[in-house]
Amino acid sequence: MSERTFAVVGTRPVRHDGVDKVTGRAAYGADANWPGMLHGVVVRSPHAHARIVSIDTSAAEAMPGVKAVLVGSELPDINATIPLGEAALDLRDMSYSMMARDKALYHGQAVAAVAATTLDIAREAAATIVVSYEKLTPVMNVDEATAPDAPILHPTMRTKGAPPDAPPSNLASRLEMKRGDVDAGFADADLVIEREFRTPTVHQGYIEPHACIARCGEDGRAVIWCATQGPFFVRDASAAIAGLDPAHVKVIPSEIGGGFGGKIVVYLEPVALLLAKKAQRPVKMVMNRDEVFRATGPTSGTKIRVKIGAKRDGTFVAAKVSFWYEAGAFKGSPVGAGAMCSIAPYKFPNFFLEAHDVVVNKPKVAAYRAPGSPMASFAVESVVDEIARELKMDAIDLRLKNANQEGDQAPYGPKFGPIGLKSVLEAAKNHPHWKAPLGPNQGRGFAIGFWFNGGMNSSATVTLGGDGSAAVQTGNPDIGGTRAAQAMMVAEELGIPVERVRPSVGDTDSAGYTDLTGGSRVCFATGMAVIRAAEDVREQLKARAAKIWNVEPSAVGWDSGNLIPPAGAKETKSGHDAKPLTVAEVAAKMAHTGGPVVGRASLYAPMAGPGFGAHICDLEVDQETGRSRVVRYTAIQDVGKAVHPSYVEGQIQGGAVQGIGWALNEEYVYNRDGAMENAGFLDYRMPVASDLPMIDTVIVEVANPLHPYGVRGVGEVPICPPLAACANAMRSATGIRFTQLPLSPPRVLEKIMAAAPVAVGA
Amino acid sequence: MAIVHLPGEQSVTIDAPRVPELFAALRQRFPDIADQLEEMAIAIDGDIYQDPGYQDLRPETEVHFVPRIAGG
Repeated sequence: MSERTFAVVGTRPVRHDGVDKVTGRAAYGADANWPGMLHGVVVRSPHAHARIVSIDTSAAEAMPGVKAVLVGSELPDINATIPLGEAALDLRDMSYSMMARDKALYHGQAVAAVAATTLDIAREAAATIVVSYEKLTPVMNVDEATAPDAPILHPTMRTKGAPPDAPPSNLASRLEMKRGDVDAGFADADLVIEREFRTPTVHQGYIEPHACIARCGEDGRAVIWCATQGPFFVRDASAAIAGLDPAHVKVIPSEIGGGFGGKIVVYLEPVALLLAKKAQRPVKMVMNRDEVFRATGPTSGTKIRVKIGAKRDGTFVAAKVSFWYEAGAFKGSPVGAGAMCSIAPYKFPNFFLEAHDVVVNKPKVAAYRAPGSPMASFAVESVVDEIARELKMDAIDLRLKNANQEGDQAPYGPKFGPIGLKSVLEAAKNHPHWKAPLGPNQGRGFAIGFWFNGGMNSSATVTLGGDGSAAVQTGNPDIGGTRAAQAMMVAEELGIPVERVRPSVGDTDSAGYTDLTGGSRVCFATGMAVIRAAEDVREQLKARAAKIWNVEPSAVGWDSGNLIPPAGAKETKSGHDAKPLTVAEVAAKMAHTGGPVVGRASLYAPMAGPGFGAHICDLEVDQETGRSRVVRYTAIQDVGKAVHPSYVEGQIQGGAVQGIGWALNEEYVYNRDGAMENAGFLDYRMPVASDLPMIDTVIVEVANPLHPYGVRGVGEVPICPPLAACANAMRSATGIRFTQLPLSPPRVLEKIMAAAPVAVGA
Repeated sequence: MAIVHLPGEQSVTIDAPRVPELFAALRQRFPDIADQLEEMAIAIDGDIYQDPGYQDLRPETEVHFVPRIAGG
């Protein structure tokens, strides 16, 4: 495993899909055009909370060129959940969120849809649809939603576990986790710090908007082309919501321009399918950016109250944390994961965590990179920073003193296996960045983060070519360079050049079932399936070589892509001692030794190999405007084993940048009616390349024993530390502890102006 | 006997060769929380299974119930 010497793994070949992407040939969600297709558009609610009294579609239906109109009452009423690989999603909620029925629960929620021969006609027709609303008061945050007289979103929803006669509530569920005696722990502490933090609603911000095209024939057989993280989920969810048999639905995943969790659930696909079924013509639907912001899953706005007690020597003795996460209009925020991640790095003998899932009049939240963890990390790591300051301890030393390691019990129950937290902290402490001098108006922040990393179901097929090349196919859309990594795994196992391996993403009819691309699971779990499929090919090659040499397959050896004959084996024709054969030489004789060679593997992997990261952030703050600028940033992470280090570094850099945006600028700005006022990239300010320095990365490799190469998930951990790393840097630069994100110039300036003179750079 | 840590701090030992038998035994002993448990993920000796299915349980296996987790 970790001691293994690799020939291909750990190198940096050019990605197989690279040229198509940089030349514009790669086909994304909106790039498909089918003969006879119609264009579909959605009518959206102008109110954040309203009863739908009536919908009149008669004018639209009478318009020339309009081929189908759809309203919520036409959708089947379903009552089912569907496994999503890592969780179960409520399909009824998804269906209602995708197309409102009796109530609109967020501004921008779909209430009707039209398909017409041109986009202009579809838009014109949509504008003629008259929806009569009875406006209701929206609740836009957890405080409003849980107030005693709060308007109720769902009259039938009671807090999970409440008696049937309990009144309806916007509090969907409450969960507790505890260990030891938290009150005794605080009584034993020399220092107790308690703060309340808030984070805003933020979006995943993928570049490519949601897009799909669907057709449905007279026989009910349907095809969907779309940009998705999970084609099998799209198949099953779309079929269920549209009332079709999933056996009749095929989903072809396009290239995908980012997802980060936001392209797991379905928004357009069932609508396009139903419009196509009514019109008996293909229907293409493409969201604009405004729709993406208003009607697709952001992540939760949160309120988190943290109380931590420590001894004078820095030993943590107690933690009490209350989490309140917005779920959006339907239950199911990532608050449980946030609670589990919040103190996962630390050994707390006593803790009490309570997690609240609250519905509000915003779009239903979707997964976003380590769902729930970044906000929790922001709150806890900010308080840990304060403890270090109060105790005058080095921020890394304090964390090292309390860091969990192999054998320690995670706060969510089980004991950790081999983990790299201490190695990551040591690497951070030894990095030149940690000791580098700061300039005027600059501050340095440090924070760590945790994510579980996923496993679940994966399949892979490796097909040997007659020329000794190979093709590898899985059902995972490639978001982070997974095709390149999978080709490298096949090359490693078969001893052939990586350029002679063709990786591809299959559709739901051609690839073996595979859970979604998400949860940092693809290189780990699907990678394992690829390795096993390549091993299957290797074993078949041994059998073919055995046939050529007329020996037992078990006698055939393997060395770096060569099949080794046993001692005494002879060439049949010449009678000379048999010589080793290359993969290509055996492949050339496939037809004479048993036919095509295809390796297959499928597996179920547990969530394994949790990951930790540590980030160091230097901020420079303009004291006159409140604007801050990241001047240096270093991200250190345990990745188990980096298969393609460039893509691992890219994942770490991408996560860090998204976290920096979350910390410094991003937020949904709502008006008093619950309508988002900044639904575009000009006003919803995400960081771009010119905003940031090069993000320095340090790869730490503590092997995951459950993967043959030691791989851990990579993609989610790096978004966990930046929120607190930036806030802690801001504290260092301004002397002010910010407990609310984002650290946007107006908020920072207001605090600077309100504060007494402070020692800058303290 | 598997050592089963229930949500909260209660732990029990249960003789079950696999996860289905474990759930059957838990439903008998803790009918009030059985539905809640079946909606949770399970950590078996440290590895979290979102859908534990028919996983084997060794004697002395440690089982924890944890909230389901959705990755991005």
